[in-house]
Amino acid sequence: MSNFALELTGVKKSFGKTEIIRGVDLQVKKGERIAVIGPNGAGKSTLFNLVSGRFAPSSGSIKLHGEEIVGKAPFEINRRGLARSFQITNIFPKLSVFENLRCAGLFSSGQKYSFWKPLSALESFNDRTEDLMASIELKRRRDVPAGSLTYSEQRALEIGITIAGGGDVVLLDEPTAGMSHSETDRFVELIRKVTEGKTLLTVEHDMGVVFGLADRIAVLVYGEIIAFDTPEVVRADPKVKEAYLGAVLEAEDAA
Amino acid sequence: MNSMMKPIHFKPLNGVRIVVWSAFALILVLLPAIFNSSFAMTLLCFTGIAVIACLSYNMLLGQTGMLSFGHAVYTGLGSFVAVHAMNQIVAGWYLPMWLVPLVGGFAGLFFGVLFGYVTTRKSGTPFAMITLGIGELVFAAALMFPWFFGGEAGINSNRTAGKEMWVNFGLSFGPQIQVYYLIAVYVFFCTVAMYAFTLTPLGRIANAVRDNPERAEFVGYDTRLVRFLVLMASSFFAGIAGGLSSLNIEAANAELLHAIRSGSYLLFVFLGGAIFFFGPILGAVLLVFSLFMLSEFTKAWQLYIGILFLIMVIYAPGGFSSLIMLNLRRVKYGEWRKMRWPYTWMFLFGLIALWGFASIVEMAYQIQVAAGSGSKLTVMTIPLDAASTTSWVIAVIVLIAGGVAFEYWRRKFAKVWSDGEERIADAIKKAEAAIV
Repeated sequence: MSNFALELTGVKKSFGKTEIIRGVDLQVKKGERIAVIGPNGAGKSTLFNLVSGRFAPSSGSIKLHGEEIVGKAPFEINRRGLARSFQITNIFPKLSVFENLRCAGLFSSGQKYSFWKPLSALESFNDRTEDLMASIELKRRRDVPAGSLTYSEQRALEIGITIAGGGDVVLLDEPTAGMSHSETDRFVELIRKVTEGKTLLTVEHDMGVVFGLADRIAVLVYGEIIAFDTPEVVRADPKVKEAYLGAVLEAEDAA
Repeated sequence: MNSMMKPIHFKPLNGVRIVVWSAFALILVLLPAIFNSSFAMTLLCFTGIAVIACLSYNMLLGQTGMLSFGHAVYTGLGSFVAVHAMNQIVAGWYLPMWLVPLVGGFAGLFFGVLFGYVTTRKSGTPFAMITLGIGELVFAAALMFPWFFGGEAGINSNRTAGKEMWVNFGLSFGPQIQVYYLIAVYVFFCTVAMYAFTLTPLGRIANAVRDNPERAEFVGYDTRLVRFLVLMASSFFAGIAGGLSSLNIEAANAELLHAIRSGSYLLFVFLGGAIFFFGPILGAVLLVFSLFMLSEFTKAWQLYIGILFLIMVIYAPGGFSSLIMLNLRRVKYGEWRKMRWPYTWMFLFGLIALWGFASIVEMAYQIQVAAGSGSKLTVMTIPLDAASTTSWVIAVIVLIAGGVAFEYWRRKFAKVWSDGEERIADAIKKAEAAIV
């Protein structure tokens, strides 16, 4: 068994002739919190799509808990303990908030495809779902169709669906995108709380969030990781400053 | 969480559910006492069969988001296998006649496994296309293999065979009333089973796959397998409906497999409403009503159904069942009273406009299609003459006047409706704020 929760070796991805990911090596230890940062179009979301099985890499190896997952379908990767959220909210719009969370946890609860017992009989599972709903602060919206929630409520539900299955490696793709500052602060606390003890990878643009949340930061520029270290080291790295961070930090200082 | 804090589960017997299902059973038992003519009995039997077929279709359409154009494959093949089983009983098999619908069910399941393996590999539009292809294929095969499908004439049988078996408890299935009660028993248990299915993990995941198949994959579900399992369940119940049909009409023919029949399942399930579980039951009633009653009133019945379908797709995509539920919601929030008069006037003027419209359609039919039988006709008991200008002028004036008055009240109604919607939204917000 490998010590790494997630291990990428020489991962490449091309769409047609365009190479989006140009050889990524990344090793994430169990329980680590990693922020993936980089300019727009650097391939952050693509990287998440490769790891979660949405796309297959053109070459390279991706190991989850030491097991090769390249070529596996998203549901197979999910069953091995990897859960992800989406940058563009990806929920079950006609189902209620509670049913969204229940569906998200159903497979890993051991129910799989069963049709010989009613959902209402799964008492401890239902209780856990209620608890999860309370922890993402959507209790009062329990029976509302997810499609009619507000934007920030949908973002919270997005996180809820992601962690409902109990996956121990969690990928969050811009969880705070489109939120106000006060909402973001609350939301980061929420993420910290619900991903306690899990391995976390997050794509994030808000540098406050990145430096507050991450143990290590991976800087992705034009499909390559140019730095992967603790926030202090990354902040001081001249290569990073040149490629990306300098401009962002200056902009934040000015604001 | 320590044991002291564990939530306590107190489950009273679900009163509403018991009342609803008892009422459903009671209606099934009492219907023949109310509609006791032999024509009504025939209609009730067809309706019962259609209820099972439409509910099974909605497992695909409404619950899993699978638009199938080939559902008649499963009802129809269920019918054929069942009719052969009946002929084996005639030839001496020891099988009680009341199990024949189950034979149809297992035939449906078998073909569901066979064809579903191919069709459910895809979702969305490709799935719809493949079901259309399978439907055509099976229909063509029906004419190619007369030894099984009986060619143009089909296969006939006799439902009273094997009546001397003690397991038939003296039932011969000769009198239609016995067939009705057999259908009623199947309708009850199939409806309960299909409803129960919606409350299971697989039933709920089917909804998730309908809403967002991609996300379902990312929470651990193989959506292809979910579609396949649901299609198997659906084709099992479809096969039962097919088996009941063979027992009811003592025959099966290739028409049962035709795309027109598949299309009518889609059309009437949509009209009844695919969102709510009971929608297809309304659809089935409407299906039999249109096929047997409306077609007696007018040759142009398909035109009216077509227009109704059009209007519903545009203005009420949830079908009649969702219209009912929307209005019940109004009743719940005390908004119903404000809508009584707009509804009354809309209904009245709508009816008047409908008369004008129907008169034009019927007179056109009289001239174009039924010219041999003269130019005189009646529309909703009012006599008209397709050859006289006066009749046409009256029809057009009534259509326009009725239409304008209807539109006036529709606008008033729309205002009342949206005001009510705001009040309901406020009430819901207040209720949510009260939850801690």
